[in-house]
Amino acid sequence: MSTSSPTAILEAIDVRKAYAQHVALSGVSLAIPEQSIFGLLGPNGAGKTSLIRIITQITGADEGEIRFRGQRLNPSHIAEIGYLPEERGLYKKMKVGEQLLYLAQLRGLSRADATQRIKQWLERFDIKAWASKNVEDLSKGMQQKVQFIATVLHEPKLIILDEPFSGFDPINANLLKDEILRLRQEGATIIFSTHRMESVEEMCDSIALINRSRKVLDGPVRLIRDQFKTNTYEVEGQGKLILIHPDFEVVEQKERENGHFYARVQLHAGTRPNDLLRFLIDKVEVQAFREQIPSINEIFIRRVRETMPETLADLQTANALL
Amino acid sequence: MASKFFLVAQREYLTRVRKKAFIILTLAVPLLMGAFGYFMVKIAQSDSDTTDVIEVRDDSGANLAARLVSTEQLRFVPVGGTLAEAKKGFQKAKHDGLLYLPAGLNVEKPSGIQFFGKGNISLKKESAVKEALNKAFAQLKMQKSGLSQEQLDLLQAKVQLQTVSLDESGKEEDSNALATSGIAYALAFLIYIFIFLYGVQIMRGVGEEKSSRIMEVMLSSVKPFDLMMGKIVGIAAVGLTQFLLWGILSFGAGSVIANLAGEGSEKPRTEMVARSESSAAAGAGSSTAAVSGERIAGPNAATAVEGRMKIFEVLGNLPIGTILFGFIIYFLGGYLLYGALFGAIGAAVDDQTDTQQFMFPITAPLILSYVMGMSVILRNPDGPVAFWMSMIPFTSPIAMVIRLPFGVPLWQLGLSVVLLILGFVGTVWVAARIYRVGILMYGKKVTYKELGKWMFYKG
Repeated sequence: MSTSSPTAILEAIDVRKAYAQHVALSGVSLAIPEQSIFGLLGPNGAGKTSLIRIITQITGADEGEIRFRGQRLNPSHIAEIGYLPEERGLYKKMKVGEQLLYLAQLRGLSRADATQRIKQWLERFDIKAWASKNVEDLSKGMQQKVQFIATVLHEPKLIILDEPFSGFDPINANLLKDEILRLRQEGATIIFSTHRMESVEEMCDSIALINRSRKVLDGPVRLIRDQFKTNTYEVEGQGKLILIHPDFEVVEQKERENGHFYARVQLHAGTRPNDLLRFLIDKVEVQAFREQIPSINEIFIRRVRETMPETLADLQTANALL
Repeated sequence: MASKFFLVAQREYLTRVRKKAFIILTLAVPLLMGAFGYFMVKIAQSDSDTTDVIEVRDDSGANLAARLVSTEQLRFVPVGGTLAEAKKGFQKAKHDGLLYLPAGLNVEKPSGIQFFGKGNISLKKESAVKEALNKAFAQLKMQKSGLSQEQLDLLQAKVQLQTVSLDESGKEEDSNALATSGIAYALAFLIYIFIFLYGVQIMRGVGEEKSSRIMEVMLSSVKPFDLMMGKIVGIAAVGLTQFLLWGILSFGAGSVIANLAGEGSEKPRTEMVARSESSAAAGAGSSTAAVSGERIAGPNAATAVEGRMKIFEVLGNLPIGTILFGFIIYFLGGYLLYGALFGAIGAAVDDQTDTQQFMFPITAPLILSYVMGMSVILRNPDGPVAFWMSMIPFTSPIAMVIRLPFGVPLWQLGLSVVLLILGFVGTVWVAARIYRVGILMYGKKVTYKELGKWMFYKG
């Protein structure tokens, strides 16, 4: 399903990676469109972090290839990539300003440029007063801000955030979301990697679903949703709903007090939602009418059920635990 | 990449050098050493071989006072006035004793000589005074029997033992076993302590990095090898800085203390230094000195200079170039070799307390080479133990440095250096692989078997 388009900032082509005991990635191919937010989704242990470590050049792929803007990935791309790992940390006994300067210089920024940008970012996050504080004296929320600044300071074209919202408090999480949207606006591409699919689904333009070292699905979110739509509509209203029609089928119906009802109605092929609406308007007082859109999580489970039924049981246990 | 390595090394250096603990330690060690040295000097002075100043009130009329020869232990100062005045005077002047030679002394059978001292007069002091008196009387008698000064001088045997070592080519070389051993010991100790102090710092640094979870961020910018070597080199620079400062500060503190100690004994410092170097020669030399005060000072000073010259001679005859070259090679090679291993341990374990099991096999050869070096190798620098230990890269940094001042065949030195370089490259290779895998491995109890597997992981 993956297509290598010329506008892809990053392409993975048939990437394989195996460790001593297990296979982390088996033949994963992806294309991440330029200036988009890309969700790399899948349960824990699916192989997301392995793929990210290959992209960030911490490890290498056993087979396959990664291309950054059409070029084979090489150390010169380190300056173009920003990475916030799931295991995030800072040097505890180093001052915030010095630490940011050090990390930025390692990413290829000159000392003067780095100093200038650190100042801007600290001002933007309203934490200028912390520059000369030791990291160990900061609260966890403050450290998260510093870590985020360290990730984006060298103005990377590709920003990889592994489990970005885990450990962030709601205020910082919102700040982070705003910054991410702004960065994309300015031309950056962002990869979200997470097992909590609901946390990023409204932000992602495209996604790839990974399960057990394999890609199960990828593409633009809108298209995927359309593809997995079941033509089901939710109806809420007042009155006595008796729905017997050759074009529609009630999937679920609930009667509530004072004559309220809730129903899920599936349209048969060729039937338009307006046909259902027209039918309903004569029978009941319609208060709400909306298409039931499958969540990424539902799509994921459906997709896995179709392609790898043997893994479904442990997936459901995993989801139950979340 | 090279500049990233430099950045890492620079960070390691600067963050450590600016720490309070570094500054305090750097200042405290020379002070402690200085204080220790000061007490050692004081103790040595209070010991019997300090020079005691003895006033001499000579009423004998035989000019005996001038014939009393000052030695290392005693210095005789003639004083005038009455005995009662002299008794008061020597205590005021803080001199150590007063010798009274009464009028009408019978040279053949002298009696009535009195010695006044403070507190208990030690047996050693008493016998030293007696010996000086006996010599003075002997000289007086010999002169009376008509011997000339030249003949007297001839009677004195001036014994000086020169030890000479023959090398293979038959060239004779002056050797001073003590000085050579001292240099060997000092160099080996320096390497030993440096590897231990700063090797452990490497290990702890890696452990801190690992537990602060910054490794993944770092590794997305820097190659693990650069990260490891940057740390090792940065910490080496910290160590060299500290040693250099210790050297300079200790030298400064040492000079101050030497001056203090010099004032205490009322003796010029140069003479104090010379004395220990030339004790045997000075003893013999001064006994030849006769009557006048000037003649006493003459041979003393001459032997002192002689003694110091001898030290320089020994130093000059040592293969200084080889020692210096060897020391630098083995110092750096040994540190890098062990530093890489310490880094690998830091990377392999999660918890600092787990380091113990891996520490042992690394510290064992280091301690072994030090212990063996200070005993077997120092005693027999050309023996089989010395040979083999100076070939094995894990023990050669200490073993070979001990052998160097005694002279090592060139082929052995060459082979050892080549083996050290090979050992260093091999160790760094192994360590880098353990490091690379270890730094991203959390929550796992690592075993030796596991470490073995890591070496063959693909990048």
